[in-house]
Amino acid sequence: MAVVTVVIHILLLLLMPPILPGIINKTKAMFAGRVGPPLLQPYYDLMRLMQKGMVFSGTTTWIFRAGPLVTLAAVVVAGLMVPLGGFNAPIHFTGDLILFAYLFALARFFTTSAALDTGSAFEGMGAARDVTFACFSEPALFLAFLMLAKFSGSLSLTPMLNAPLSSHLLGPSVAAIVLVAAGLFIVLLAENSRLPIDDPNTHLELTMIHEVMVLDHSGPLLGLVLYGAAMKLFVLCALVLHVMAPYQTHLAAVDWALFIGQMLGIAVAVGVVESTMARLQLRHVPTLLVAASLLCGFGFLLMLR
Amino acid sequence: MASMLNGLLVAVLLLNLFALGTSRIRALINAAGLQGIALGLMPLLVHGHANLLSIVVALATIVLKGAIIPQVLLKALRDARIKREVEPIIGFMPSMLLGAVGTAASIALAAKLPPLQARVQPLIVPAAFSTVFTGFLLLTTRIKAITQAIGYLVLENGIFIFGLLLLDAMPFLVELGVLLDVFVGVFVISIIIHHINREFASLDTRHLSSLKE
Amino acid sequence: MAVVLIAIPILAAAVALAIGSNRLRPAVLPPAAAAHLGCSIYLLFGAQNAGAMPWLALDPPGCLVLLLLSVLFLICSFYSVGYLRERHELSNRIFCVCLLLFLATTTLVVCSMHLGLMWVAIEATTLSTAPLIYFNRTQRSIEATWKYLLIGSVGIALALLGSFFLAYASVRPGAVSSLLFGDLLREAPRLSKPWLHVAFILLLVGYGTKMGLAPMHTWKPDAYGEAPGVVGALLAGGVTNCAFLALVRVDHICRAAGETAYTGRLLIFMGLLSMAFAAVFMVGQRDFKRMLAYSSVEHMGILTLGVGVGGGALFGSLLHMLNNGMTKGVLFLSAGNIHRAYGARTTDEVRGAIRRLPLSGTLFLFGFLAITGSPPFGPFVSEFSILNGTLDARRFVVGAAFLLLLAIIFIGMGRAVLTVVEGRPSPAAHRTSYRDGQLTGLPVLVSLAIVLLLGVYIPTPLRRLLQDAARFLEVRS
Repeated sequence: MAVVTVVIHILLLLLMPPILPGIINKTKAMFAGRVGPPLLQPYYDLMRLMQKGMVFSGTTTWIFRAGPLVTLAAVVVAGLMVPLGGFNAPIHFTGDLILFAYLFALARFFTTSAALDTGSAFEGMGAARDVTFACFSEPALFLAFLMLAKFSGSLSLTPMLNAPLSSHLLGPSVAAIVLVAAGLFIVLLAENSRLPIDDPNTHLELTMIHEVMVLDHSGPLLGLVLYGAAMKLFVLCALVLHVMAPYQTHLAAVDWALFIGQMLGIAVAVGVVESTMARLQLRHVPTLLVAASLLCGFGFLLMLR
Repeated sequence: MASMLNGLLVAVLLLNLFALGTSRIRALINAAGLQGIALGLMPLLVHGHANLLSIVVALATIVLKGAIIPQVLLKALRDARIKREVEPIIGFMPSMLLGAVGTAASIALAAKLPPLQARVQPLIVPAAFSTVFTGFLLLTTRIKAITQAIGYLVLENGIFIFGLLLLDAMPFLVELGVLLDVFVGVFVISIIIHHINREFASLDTRHLSSLKE
Repeated sequence: MAVVLIAIPILAAAVALAIGSNRLRPAVLPPAAAAHLGCSIYLLFGAQNAGAMPWLALDPPGCLVLLLLSVLFLICSFYSVGYLRERHELSNRIFCVCLLLFLATTTLVVCSMHLGLMWVAIEATTLSTAPLIYFNRTQRSIEATWKYLLIGSVGIALALLGSFFLAYASVRPGAVSSLLFGDLLREAPRLSKPWLHVAFILLLVGYGTKMGLAPMHTWKPDAYGEAPGVVGALLAGGVTNCAFLALVRVDHICRAAGETAYTGRLLIFMGLLSMAFAAVFMVGQRDFKRMLAYSSVEHMGILTLGVGVGGGALFGSLLHMLNNGMTKGVLFLSAGNIHRAYGARTTDEVRGAIRRLPLSGTLFLFGFLAITGSPPFGPFVSEFSILNGTLDARRFVVGAAFLLLLAIIFIGMGRAVLTVVEGRPSPAAHRTSYRDGQLTGLPVLVSLAIVLLLGVYIPTPLRRLLQDAARFLEVRS
C-alpha cells in the first residue's frame, strides 16, 4: 500500500504541475471575456522548448547553466517532503520542515545567482526585489509552521500537515487555522510571483520582479525554469491545501481524486484573485507580507492560550 | 455559538490590523463599518437566546455603526474634497507592528485578570483592549482629522466589546450608553470637521498646530 | 428636589433659545442663576434630603461642588451680561443656551448617584462647553475646540471603560450588581481586586483628562487661551471640579475596598507630575491666559495630591477646591477684561494694566497673590492644610517637593503677572475703547471678596459642610 502511495505521489509531482498555470490563465481569460489558451498549453510549451537550441550570453558562467537545474532539483526534493492529500510523504523525519524551508531558499539563491550572473541591470534589480520580499515572507512561513507544530505536537511535516484533517470543523482551534490559512495563501501568492505582488504578464523593466530573472534563459533551460516554477506552485498549493480545505474520507481512491480536485480548485482561486485585484504599489508589498506574518503570528498566539 | 463569537472577535482583531495598515481613507471607513456590524451581532451570541428586545438593539447597532456612521463620514469626506489618502506620522508597517505588539500585550494583561463569571469567552477582554489600543494608535498617529475621528470610533468599538461581559448583569444599559456616546460623538465631530474645512480649506491637522507653548 | 435644580437651567435655556433679540437674550442669565442658587441653598441648608430618587441625590462632597458652581455661575452670569454687551457684533444665542446647558449638566454630575449617569453627565458637559470655546470664530479657536473635543472624548471613553471594569468587579454569580454609589460602597470590600486596580487606573486617566492632569492636559492651554474669559472661568471653576468630584467618588469606593495605599500612591504621583509640568511650562510663558491654564493644571495637581495623602490633607483639598474655583473666577474675568482693553494677550504688548484699567489690573494682581498662596487669602489656608496633612502623614519628600514646586510656580507666574500689571503702557500699544464697567468689574470684586473671606473666616455652615464631606470620604483602613 505504501509503495502505491509513493508511486502515485511521484507521478503526480512530476506530471501535474504544468496544468496549474494553464488553469490560472484560463480563469483569467474567462474573467476577461476571452477564450484564452488551451488548458494543456503549458505542456505544449514545454515540449516545444525542449526541441529548441540554447543561446548563452558571453558574460555568463556555469552558474547560469546550473541555476535552473539546481532550482528544479531542490523543488522536487521539497515536493517529496510534502504530504499530498491525507497520505504520508515519501520522505519524512523530525525537523524536515526546516529542510523544506531552506530547500526553497536554495532554489531562490540559485535563481537569483543565475540572474546576477548575466551582468545585466534589469536582472540585478529583479533579483534584489525578489530576495527582499522573500525576507518578509519567510517569517510568515515559519510562524505558520510553528502554529502547526503546536497544533499537532510534532516537528515533521507529514504529521503537522495532516493534523488539521482530523480536527473538528467548529472546534476551538478553527480560528487559528483560518488565520494561518490566510497568511499562507498570501505567502503562496508572494513566492510564486502572482498578483497582487507581482504580475506574471508584465515585461516592463521597472515593474518585473520574477519575470526579469528568467529573461535570458532559452530553449530547454527555459523549459526547466518554467517547469520548476510550476512545480513550486504545485508544492506550495499542496501545502496550503492542508490548512485551507482540511477534509478527508478514509478511502484511498476518493482521497486522491479529492486532492486533485482541490488542487485545481486552488488554481482557480489564485486565478480569481489575480483577475479581481490590482497590483499593489511596490512600497506597499512589505506591508502586505508583514500582515501575512502577523496573521500567522496571531494564529500561533491563539494556539498558545 | 461560542466558536461563532470567537470567530467574530478574531474578525474584529483582523480588522484592527487592516485599519492600521491601509492607506486609503475609504478602506478605513469600511473597516470601521464592518467592525460595527460584527459588534452588533455579538450581543445576540453572548445572550445565547434572542428575545425581541435584544434583536431590536442588535439591529439598531448594526444600522447605526454599519450604515449611518460610515455614511456620515463618507459625506464629510466628499464635502472636504481632500486627497483620499491616509497620512501617518509613523508609517504603516510600524503602525501594524505596534498594533500587533499591543494585541500580544492585551492577551498577556487579560491573562492576569481572573474571570468572574462561569462561562465567559476568553477572547473578549483581549479583543477589547486590543481594539482600544488600535483606536488610540489611529488617533495619535494619523494626521487628517477624519482619520482621527475614525480612530475614536474604533476606540468606542473596543469599549463596546468589553461591555459584552456585563450583558448578563446590566443588560442594555451598557449597549445603549455606548451607542449614545458614539452617535453624539461622531455627530459633533463631523460638524467640527465641516468647520475646520471651511476655515482652512483642508483637513490637515498640521494646520491646527499654530497654538504651541 | 434635585430634579428642580436641573430643570431650572434647562427651562431658561429654552427661553433663551426662543428669544430673538440679541440684546435682550443675556438678561435671562442672572435670574436663572439666582433661582439656581436659591434652590441650592435651600437644598443644602434647609430641607432634608428625603424623598430623593435613588439616582439623583446629594452626597456631602457633591454639596460643596454644588455650592461652588451656583455661586460662580451667578457671578459669571452678571459678568456675561456686560461682556455680551461689549461683543454685540456676534450672535449670542448659542453662547447663552450653552452657558445654561453647562449649568444644567454640571448640576446633573453633582447630583447623580449612579456611576453610569455621572458618566453621561460629564460627557454632556464636554459637549455643551465645546461651542462656548468656539465663540470667537477664529482659526485658533477652532483648533482649540478640536483639541478639547477630541482629547476630552478620548478621556471620557477611557472613563467609560473604567466604569465598565468597576461594574464588572462587582459581578458575582447570583448577586444583582448595581452601579449606584451607595450599593458600590457597601459591596466594596467584596470587589475583585485586580479588576478594581485596572478600573481605577482607567478612571484616573479618563477623568484626569477632563480635570486637566498632566500628561493629559494638552488641551487646556489652547482651550483656556482661546475661549472668552467667562468661559475660561467656568471651565476652570466648574468642569474641572466636576471631574474632580467624579474622581473623588471613585477613590472613595477604592478606599472602602481597602486599596488606600494603591490609590494614594497613584494620586500623589499624578498630583506632583501635574505640578511639575505646570512649573516647567509657566516659567517664561508670554501669553497670560495660557499661563492661567497652567495654573489650573497646577491646582488640579494640588487637589489630587491632597486626596492621595488623605487625613488632614483631604480636608485641605476640599477647601482648596472652593478657594481655587473662586480665585480662578477672579483671574479669568480680570484677564478677560485686560485682553479686551489691549486687544492682545502676550506680555510683549500688554504692559501697565494697572494704569489703564485700575480695577481689573488690581484685581488681577490680587488674584495672582491669592492663587499662589499668599495670606490673607483663602488658598493660603487650604494649601497650608494640605502641607500640614502631608507632614502629619510623615511624607516628607512629598511635602518638600510640594513646597519647591509652589515656589517655582510663584516665580514663573509672578514674572508674567507683574510685567502685565506694572510699568507704563507703551504709547504704540493698541488701545480699544474698553473701560471697566459696572457689570464687568463688580462681579470680579465680589469674587475676590469671597476669596478674602474664606481666608480669614470660614462661616460655620460652610465649615460644617466641609467637615461632613471629609468625614464621609475618609475611610480608616
